[in-house]
Amino acid sequence: MAFDMSKRSSYFLISPMALIFAIFLVVPLLTIIVVSFWDYDEYRILPDFIFENYKYLLGSSVTWQIYLNTFKYAALTWGFTLLIGFTVAYFLAFHVRSLTWQIVLFMLCTIPFWTSNIIRMISWIPFLGRNGLLNSALMGLGIVDEPLEFLLFSDFAVVLADVHLYTLFMVVPIFNSMMRIDRSLIEAARDAGASGFETLRHVIVPLSKPGIAIGSIFVITVVMGDFITVRLMSGGQSASVGLQISNEIGLLQYPAAAASAVVLLVTVLLIVTALLRMVDIRKEL
Amino acid sequence: MTTDNSKTTKNLLSTKEVTRRGFVKGAAATAGVAIGSGAITGFPTIWAQNIKDVTLRQFGTGVSNINAVADKVKEDLGFTLQMTALDSDAVAQRAVTQPKSFDIADIEYWICKKVFPAGTMQPMDTTKLKNYQYISKLFIDGKLTPDSEIAQGTAPHTVGFVEGADSVEFASAPTQWMTLVPTIYNADTLGIRPDLIERPINSWADLLDPAFKGKASILNIPSIGIMDAAMVCEAMGEVTYGDKGNMTQEEIDKTIAIMIDAKKAGQFRAFWKSFDESVNLMASGEVVIQSMWSPAVAAVRSKGIACKYQPLKEGYRAWGGGIGLAKHLTGLELEAAYEYIDWYLSGWVGAYLNRQGYYSAAPATAQKFMSEDEWGFWMEGKEAQGDILSPDGKVMEKAGAVRDGGSYEERMGSVACWNSVMDENKHMVRKWNEFIAA
Repeated sequence: MAFDMSKRSSYFLISPMALIFAIFLVVPLLTIIVVSFWDYDEYRILPDFIFENYKYLLGSSVTWQIYLNTFKYAALTWGFTLLIGFTVAYFLAFHVRSLTWQIVLFMLCTIPFWTSNIIRMISWIPFLGRNGLLNSALMGLGIVDEPLEFLLFSDFAVVLADVHLYTLFMVVPIFNSMMRIDRSLIEAARDAGASGFETLRHVIVPLSKPGIAIGSIFVITVVMGDFITVRLMSGGQSASVGLQISNEIGLLQYPAAAASAVVLLVTVLLIVTALLRMVDIRKEL
Repeated sequence: MTTDNSKTTKNLLSTKEVTRRGFVKGAAATAGVAIGSGAITGFPTIWAQNIKDVTLRQFGTGVSNINAVADKVKEDLGFTLQMTALDSDAVAQRAVTQPKSFDIADIEYWICKKVFPAGTMQPMDTTKLKNYQYISKLFIDGKLTPDSEIAQGTAPHTVGFVEGADSVEFASAPTQWMTLVPTIYNADTLGIRPDLIERPINSWADLLDPAFKGKASILNIPSIGIMDAAMVCEAMGEVTYGDKGNMTQEEIDKTIAIMIDAKKAGQFRAFWKSFDESVNLMASGEVVIQSMWSPAVAAVRSKGIACKYQPLKEGYRAWGGGIGLAKHLTGLELEAAYEYIDWYLSGWVGAYLNRQGYYSAAPATAQKFMSEDEWGFWMEGKEAQGDILSPDGKVMEKAGAVRDGGSYEERMGSVACWNSVMDENKHMVRKWNEFIAA
């Protein structure tokens, strides 16, 4: 009896969550999957069941090129945000002694996030341009004779903007993990004769892994789906999967966009699964 | 539902007293919803006096969504025109997928070819338009003058008429049923920075001249970009086309291959998608030569930066837009829409557009609203006698200036191709994506 009651009440308790997920996640997702098998012409989408969208998508060299490009952006952004994010978090967690200062400096990191993504991105353009601030400064100082062209409308610019935008997503979870590390473990390591680097490698990094994994998931999923940074910072000259989807939507090719979205979703899910296999993030929770 | 209710309520309550006093309006509208919604249905005749309370929602590309036009409509016709500006893709998308979200669609002719067959719009009865007779021949039979040649692409007259009131079949000759009443059109060419380019530019092929490596740009709207690319390839003598506005797969593949080679060689600095982007690229000096729209050139010039709208020997790529009616319009709103469209052709807007550097669809009526000097400069290619002002009073050109490209006939008479949508559109878009991804 008692078992039955508790079972029933737990079903009751999860129903609001389940309902919200069903309406706002499962239904739209199923719609996307269904539409990805439809046909389309210039201005209409035609209910159907065809594999043409997937066939073209997976068979086209453009898709592979675009995925390669997107992976490149994701990998580079991940690498840089991890490096910077870990360093910042390490500094905050272990070098800043007082809690007040930790909070103050942490808040400082979040200040740029008070303005819009797009504005932070666009402000790079006049800075990096051919006649921009950086080039004028470099030429003024006599460091270069010709303006550096690779600064803007290039892969460099895209990765730079991505790193600038998403490093905080790394800092926060890693900082959180680090703050949970029992300080006596570090003392123990030192007592056992470990150097600073050995402590970092054998104590801090393994214990920060859940934070690193969560940060990585944030950064990788955001960069994999991004389209506006790629469009603005590459001057429209590079493509990413997100940009491809956005173009297809613009051209009313919803079924093609849906197929692209499904493939992207599967790709990102595979990456996330792989990350979760490597690290048990439940430790964090 | 709520919007419908408040609209009818306003109709019922609109003695001039009430409408003029903004502060009563809100309260009256809310309070009257219940009374209003039921009562109005019995008195359709009340509509005739209440045209002033109509609000028409128009959406279109940025070029023609001009607030001054909405203000003048309010002044001349009394009703309210709400304008929303979107990019070309979004316009097409909305016209098809959200047919109730607009009353007047302001779309380009090539979009019309895509959108009209979807059945979300209705054709206009030309007998209801007093100014129909003044519309330029270009939009009726495709010939600006009796001996001019019909350009390639989606020439406006080919999608300008349908067979009947309920038809979505484009007619091969003018009928009584017009899909779009033309509003704005122009001829595009390359824009250059004469201060940063030393040699004369006279061909589309110059866009891919290695001398401008890393300083060229092309627009990234596939259906328009491909035409500019085709103009370039044809001028280079690399590809010959049957119809640049409706290319074969082979022609598309060849064109894109040339563009990809150029891109890989670093010819392009960036691609632009919006008017503002093209202005910024040019004004900042990132780009010195690019396909460009005439008012964008004017916008660069108004910043005090030299910029030229360069006529080229191969001719222009032209585009044109028009306004058409949403399918759902009936009764009073339909009447108001007709009144608005007829007014659009009556000259004031035409003069306004001409002063912006576009062309009016009914030049004869626009002339009445322009000074002799203005008409001479903008339309006849004559030297300006005094300063030429923009519609908002800024000096566009000083006395003595001559318009790039000359007169109306010279410009619109040398159109090589109209913006269009091709039969091989799907293939073209895929190839274009290859170009962007390359």
